[in-house]
Amino acid sequence: MDIVVCVKRVPLTQEVDLEIDPQKKEVRKDMLAYSINEWDNYAIEEAVLLKEKFGGDVTAVTVGVEDDEEVLRRCLAMGADRAIRVEPGDLSLDPFVISRILAEVIKGVKHDLVLTGVQADDVNDGAVGTMLAEHLGLNHAAVVTRVEPEGNEATIHIELEGGTDEVSKIKFPALLSIQTGINEPRYVSIMGIRKAAKKELKVVKVEELGLSEDDLTPWVSVDEVFLPPETEGAEIIEGDPGTVAEEILRIIKEKGVST
Amino acid sequence: MDFTLSKEQIDIQKAAREFALGEFSEKAQEFDRNETFDPQIWKKACDLGFVGVFIDEAYGGAGLGLLEHCLITEEFWAVDAGMGNAVLTTTFGAELLGLFGTEEQKKKYLPPLVEGKAVIGTAITEPDAGSDVTCAVTSAEKDDDEYVINGSKMFITNGTRANYLNVFCLTDPDNPDRHKRHSFFIVETDRPGFEATKIHGKLGIRANDTAEISFSNVRIPASNLIGQEGNGFKELMNFFNMTRLHICAQAVGIARAALEESIAHIKKRHQFGAPLASFQVNQFKVAEMATMIRAARNLYYEAAWLTDNGKMDHALTAMAKWFSGQIAVKCADEALQMHGGYGYIDEYKVQRIYRDAKIVEIYEGTKEIEKLIVARSLLRG
Repeated sequence: MDIVVCVKRVPLTQEVDLEIDPQKKEVRKDMLAYSINEWDNYAIEEAVLLKEKFGGDVTAVTVGVEDDEEVLRRCLAMGADRAIRVEPGDLSLDPFVISRILAEVIKGVKHDLVLTGVQADDVNDGAVGTMLAEHLGLNHAAVVTRVEPEGNEATIHIELEGGTDEVSKIKFPALLSIQTGINEPRYVSIMGIRKAAKKELKVVKVEELGLSEDDLTPWVSVDEVFLPPETEGAEIIEGDPGTVAEEILRIIKEKGVST
Repeated sequence: MDFTLSKEQIDIQKAAREFALGEFSEKAQEFDRNETFDPQIWKKACDLGFVGVFIDEAYGGAGLGLLEHCLITEEFWAVDAGMGNAVLTTTFGAELLGLFGTEEQKKKYLPPLVEGKAVIGTAITEPDAGSDVTCAVTSAEKDDDEYVINGSKMFITNGTRANYLNVFCLTDPDNPDRHKRHSFFIVETDRPGFEATKIHGKLGIRANDTAEISFSNVRIPASNLIGQEGNGFKELMNFFNMTRLHICAQAVGIARAALEESIAHIKKRHQFGAPLASFQVNQFKVAEMATMIRAARNLYYEAAWLTDNGKMDHALTAMAKWFSGQIAVKCADEALQMHGGYGYIDEYKVQRIYRDAKIVEIYEGTKEIEKLIVARSLLRG
């Protein structure tokens, strides 16, 4: 089974105070540390697990600058066979453009399965997976928590709202966007890192893909990025649980949420 | 001058940090309090190739340099010193075998260290022989094709865990040159007459085993001699020139942890209506810490790089060792000061950092001995 995994390097933002750049179009990223997108880490692990069980090749793909190769090297160290980086140059990227570029690259790679993360932990659009499936004309499912291939199809579990799981069958070739928790991603080993150095990491310039101007024009444009204003109205209720519960109930009734 | 690490070195660093964060963070406090460790974590680290990267490929290692070993050490210590040590000191002594061991010894003793099947230690210090190792009286007497070892050793890392120890023994007490009286032997710890007693109540690195050991008529085959008889002191100095490098990395790692804890704390905690980080007194502290860490790291990078490239600089390594140890203690002190009362209790990592840091100024050459080495190189001739 040949698998293509789409990965992205994202800034770690959980424990930092984000600043907005002077143009107000972006978060300032120059001081942030970077890592593989959490969802993509599960996706590459799933691909490697499937490869170990069913054979085939795993190709990791990213759209990004040279520094982003770090996540491709990580994928290679975890067990991917080859990697491709598409150099976007000065192009503005949104989910549409990224998925267009990825589609063009993936067309040239043999695949039964394409895996993406559900979303990327930077802007969290969660759109590339589905758009990419549409560009490639693949069967697809989003927020997948289990994959069990059998012949030319797979039984998959899909996470729905409210803790419900849907079990479906999907025919290959297919695209699945992978949810965190589907597996336990392995640590990168020294042996893996050393093997990765000998594997192919191809760099393709976006111009070489022959995409049209329409393909490379974003559908989303950002007008302004700002920190949410601090609002008033937060109230800390103190006391024993009984008193707190009564007070909460009173507020809910007062605001007309419940009678 | 290019100070950048290679892509492979950066990847190794990242992998080590991720492993330490994943495996050490939750357990560190418990192991520190109880003076215990889970050897499964060491085995896992071996499976991933973090242990003994400097050992030659012919003996199962990755054949990387001491610099790579240092990079892993720094990352492990930045997360937890005790656990970092419990994982990485398991090869403490492999350097000696690598330098002076016979082909047979290397083939027998080195691969199990990398595979997570054995732990090695090196026993030098004695109750009455610390910085002056030439006073060591644990004796090895030749008896036909065997040696018989008698004596005791103190503060031995992995004393109760090790499968074999390099033991520094007196073999020629009457030699007029005190630097030619000793020899190294490899001693399997399952031999009759060997005893190890775990030392409790250490100030820091409590997840890592330290023991008092004794030899009572322990018999070993003559083939367990490492290097040449009478050459022990020289071999020891060569050994320390390699191992002191990873002590520097330990120091820089823990200093970094002190800085990380400090930054997180002073940004969060408010006093006088403002975060502690807004006060210049604290800004100066973190600025100085970051500078000292950078300086210490550059010192040990250079020392390790030179050693890996066959241009070992004895004095430079000694400089890196005392300086990095001193800044580790200094950074830990400043970090605790910025934490105030919170830093004094063990629920805060900074308390452990403060206790753990001190060892790097003591073991494998106190800072005073390191300065002697530097001074001798300056005043020679």
